[in-house]
Amino acid sequence: MDDLLREFLTETNESLDVVDVELVKFEQDPNNEKILGNIFRLVHTIKGTCGFLGLPRLEAIAHAAETLMGKFRDGVPVTEAAVTLVLQSIDRIKQLVADLEASETEPAGSDEDLISQLERMAEAGKPPEPVVETPKHTEGALIYQVLERQLRPGEVSLDELERAFRETVVEPDRAAEPAPAAAAAEPAPAPAARPARAAQPKAEAKDGDGETKAGGVSAQTIRVAVDTLEHLMTMVSELVLTRNQLLEIVRRHEDSEFKVPLQRLSNVTAELQEGVMKTRMQPIGNAWQKLPRIVRDLSSELGKHIDLEMIGQETELDRQVLELIKDPLTHMVRNSADHGLEGPEQRKAAGKPDKGTIRLSAYHEGGHIIIEIADDGRGLDIDKIRNKIVDNGLATEFEVEKMSEAQIFKYVFAPGFSTAAKVTNVSGRGVGMDVVKTNIDAIGGTVDLKSVAGKGTTFTIKIPLTLAIVSTLIVESAGDRFAIPQLSVVELVRAQQNSEHRIERIRDTPVLRLRNKLLPLVHLSRLLDITSIGAEATQPVSEEDGFIVVMQVGQQTFGVVVDAVFHTEEIVVKPMSTMLRHINMFSGNTILGDGSVIMIVDPNGIAQAIGPSQSAGTSEEADHEEERTRDTAQMVSLLLFRAGSDEPKAVPLSLVTRLEEFSIDKVERSNGRDLVQYRGSLMPLVYFDEFAQRKTEGSLPMLVFSDAGRSMGLVVDEIIDIVEDRLEIEVGSERAGMLGSAVIKGKATEVVDIGHFLPQAFEDWFRRKEISSEALTRSLLFIDDAPFFRNMLGPVLKAAGYQVTVCASAPEALDMLEHGRRFDVIVSDIEMPEMNGFEFAEAVKRHPRLRQIPILALSSMCTPASIERGRQSGFDDYIAKFDRPGLIAALKEVTTHEFGVAA
Amino acid sequence: MSDDVNGHNESIQYVTVVIGGQLFGLPIERVHDVFVPDSITRVPLSRPEIAGVLNLRGRIVTAIDMRRRLHLPPRDDGGTAMAVGIESKGESYGLLIDNVGEVLDLPTAGREANPVNLDARWTAISGGVHRLNGQLMVILDVDRVLGGMSEAAAA
Repeated sequence: MDDLLREFLTETNESLDVVDVELVKFEQDPNNEKILGNIFRLVHTIKGTCGFLGLPRLEAIAHAAETLMGKFRDGVPVTEAAVTLVLQSIDRIKQLVADLEASETEPAGSDEDLISQLERMAEAGKPPEPVVETPKHTEGALIYQVLERQLRPGEVSLDELERAFRETVVEPDRAAEPAPAAAAAEPAPAPAARPARAAQPKAEAKDGDGETKAGGVSAQTIRVAVDTLEHLMTMVSELVLTRNQLLEIVRRHEDSEFKVPLQRLSNVTAELQEGVMKTRMQPIGNAWQKLPRIVRDLSSELGKHIDLEMIGQETELDRQVLELIKDPLTHMVRNSADHGLEGPEQRKAAGKPDKGTIRLSAYHEGGHIIIEIADDGRGLDIDKIRNKIVDNGLATEFEVEKMSEAQIFKYVFAPGFSTAAKVTNVSGRGVGMDVVKTNIDAIGGTVDLKSVAGKGTTFTIKIPLTLAIVSTLIVESAGDRFAIPQLSVVELVRAQQNSEHRIERIRDTPVLRLRNKLLPLVHLSRLLDITSIGAEATQPVSEEDGFIVVMQVGQQTFGVVVDAVFHTEEIVVKPMSTMLRHINMFSGNTILGDGSVIMIVDPNGIAQAIGPSQSAGTSEEADHEEERTRDTAQMVSLLLFRAGSDEPKAVPLSLVTRLEEFSIDKVERSNGRDLVQYRGSLMPLVYFDEFAQRKTEGSLPMLVFSDAGRSMGLVVDEIIDIVEDRLEIEVGSERAGMLGSAVIKGKATEVVDIGHFLPQAFEDWFRRKEISSEALTRSLLFIDDAPFFRNMLGPVLKAAGYQVTVCASAPEALDMLEHGRRFDVIVSDIEMPEMNGFEFAEAVKRHPRLRQIPILALSSMCTPASIERGRQSGFDDYIAKFDRPGLIAALKEVTTHEFGVAA
Repeated sequence: MSDDVNGHNESIQYVTVVIGGQLFGLPIERVHDVFVPDSITRVPLSRPEIAGVLNLRGRIVTAIDMRRRLHLPPRDDGGTAMAVGIESKGESYGLLIDNVGEVLDLPTAGREANPVNLDARWTAISGGVHRLNGQLMVILDVDRVLGGMSEAAAA
């Protein structure tokens, strides 16, 4: 292609994009002469260049459009129809330019339709100078056209045009331009070549100081072919890899004389990498450029008033990524306009301003870019989606019932899914959101959505800054190393037996309790079907130990168990061999610093393998019920800590949800109490000793207790240890908050009554639940000889919605029962003096009136023999002490069962 | 591609390799290099013939266990494996073999078709047989060795 032509095409394409945006702005702000001036200048440049390149069709349209805009300048009111017409002309120009690019010649054809409309429009709204000859814009009549123009009053507007130039562009010799420009357009294409040369530098100079967007910078920029940059990038990537390898080698040899030069090389490489990356960076605004126009067209097409807000246009990201998200973004904005926003009447009825807003924002977060597309429309219709899921056979009705809102929304991204009742031109064809998701997945990004009925929908796209270099976590599984992209890694948890985090099992499915949620786990080795080979592989790690990489893909959270976690490394992703591409567990491979090849795990692949059914987020109740098969030891895990005084204090570990440490400056004071922001909500802090001097700097270790979605932090001085011991309170306590003292690990230790602290955080901690279950309140008799358990479990049972009567011995309880006290359920300890639990149960079951009352055994001795003995004695269930969830679940089961029978 | 071994009345140079005691020949223009594979990374879930991936001077090479490909038992003599580096469709592969022999210049006329009773799995990747002094050399058709694998993978 001719260089001149190529340059023209590139420039014209850019100008047209700008004109699009400017015109939409202009329509909203018709009195802004500066915008109009800009548009003029750009259209005029196009027209002028077309003239000397011999492109009559383009020139004719540009000219007609320009004439119409001249009228705007003369004070003709700017109507929507007029702007639409101008936009149509711009579209025609674009189309012609595209054809030109493909075939290198201007396509044959006529634009008389558009031109005559433009002229009519120009004529119709021209109050000051009604005398306008209708110029004939046909290809063959170019010369006349120019001549005519010089004769007719339209020349005034040309002057005005020049004035517009002078006003917007400060350039002294601009005034001299009209003559050459006209001259350039005048002769037939062939002789035009020479004057064209003359006009060319001017056009470029004008571009050079185009104050509109580039300021004075563009004179210092050059165009570089993308291929050149791509190649440069590849070479730098290779250089980075080689550098890493060298560094690794030098690391192995102490006092190497290479060290210093290599250090230098390393720095230079890093800078070079950064520099090259920068050349690939482009503001995201480039991908948004077409959106104002699209939204404008949509709003007239759909009869909605739409405001498009764009925030963070200057946010930069890799060119390659930019290209890939352009279409998904456009689609999503169209979707928001079509589905998301309601029509003006509906909006008014809903009490919203009749103008809907679509807000597009972009910002950096870590190594990622977050793009949000938010509308203030009607929100997703969850019932509609539910029905659609069932109709499309994506899930059964039963499954849908059990899904959380977030899970249901996820189906919006399923192929062939559209809830639009009628298929419009704009969206609703069911090809769209799945494509969006696929595109975003492909670049290692994630897309999430939040929706509030009546308030609007927000899509959040998280994408890596660049595809070329990815930050990954290097892990080991079954003796092999793998790289996991950091983008999906939420946190790392060390799982050990006997620690707070240990891998538990429901049947054979491993799970982890993490902050009140059950996290489905999967062993990477099992997922990849690998076992250790050779002796050098680390000894087989115990089933229950390991590192858990908590990953999030979309709404799905899961833990991947690995044997070891090494470090994070920036890696250059290399595509996999075609022979390996079918393995969707991997997204690529790369060479590490030590020269070995490593496979890069694809989080999406893992998420798929795990399946949506396993993601965390099921109701807690169900989780607990499934958990209760463990915890049978007589020994109790106790958390030892210091608070207030020097003596160690203890609390059963099973009551503690989590240990946290917050820096003091994170503590906020509000409404007379201390709070910290914890997992997206405010968590009240309770100080162990209210009057003790508080630390003013450093960090606060705390025990977090959670229940039913609420958390409280009990601030302590120091967390000492987690021990396993028998818990036998030997000396009772009168002090509030203390159950008594016990010997733990050979030391006198105060056992803390958590029940005392919970209400300090939330006064209604217990009351709240009583209210919620008022209708179902059952009376419960709880027998235990140990004050610790009476004090600890009493509140727990109360919290679970029971009216609790506590009793210290079996005879006392029996006495109570025989004297007519009625209870819906009895919970009894086993090991008691005087009369033990078995004897008590037998006594109850012998009694005709009491026989029906369900009775549960609660014991720290959970051997099969004792369970069997308990069953024979008439216990309905046998639960380990400290298995609080288990107890609650069992209670629920027997009481509802009992009710069912009674009903 | 049998074109490689189908020259006219001339001769073709073969790099000979030994796999499981059998002598094979690869057309020399297909062989980019011969190397000692070092630290092969296993690729879980891949086809059994794929020994893994390795780094060969900054390129990631897919290593193919030729014994497995030829349905031969694994090597048990403890010798160091060798690999023949080849390229196909812009990707690099390393064929793991037992030993590399010499380069032989063999007249195309001497090439004979596969014996009809040859194991079908061998026939599929063999481009013919050369009778040498004292032993037979099976011509390995590189494209069929690799092609058969991608097909199966696609299936």
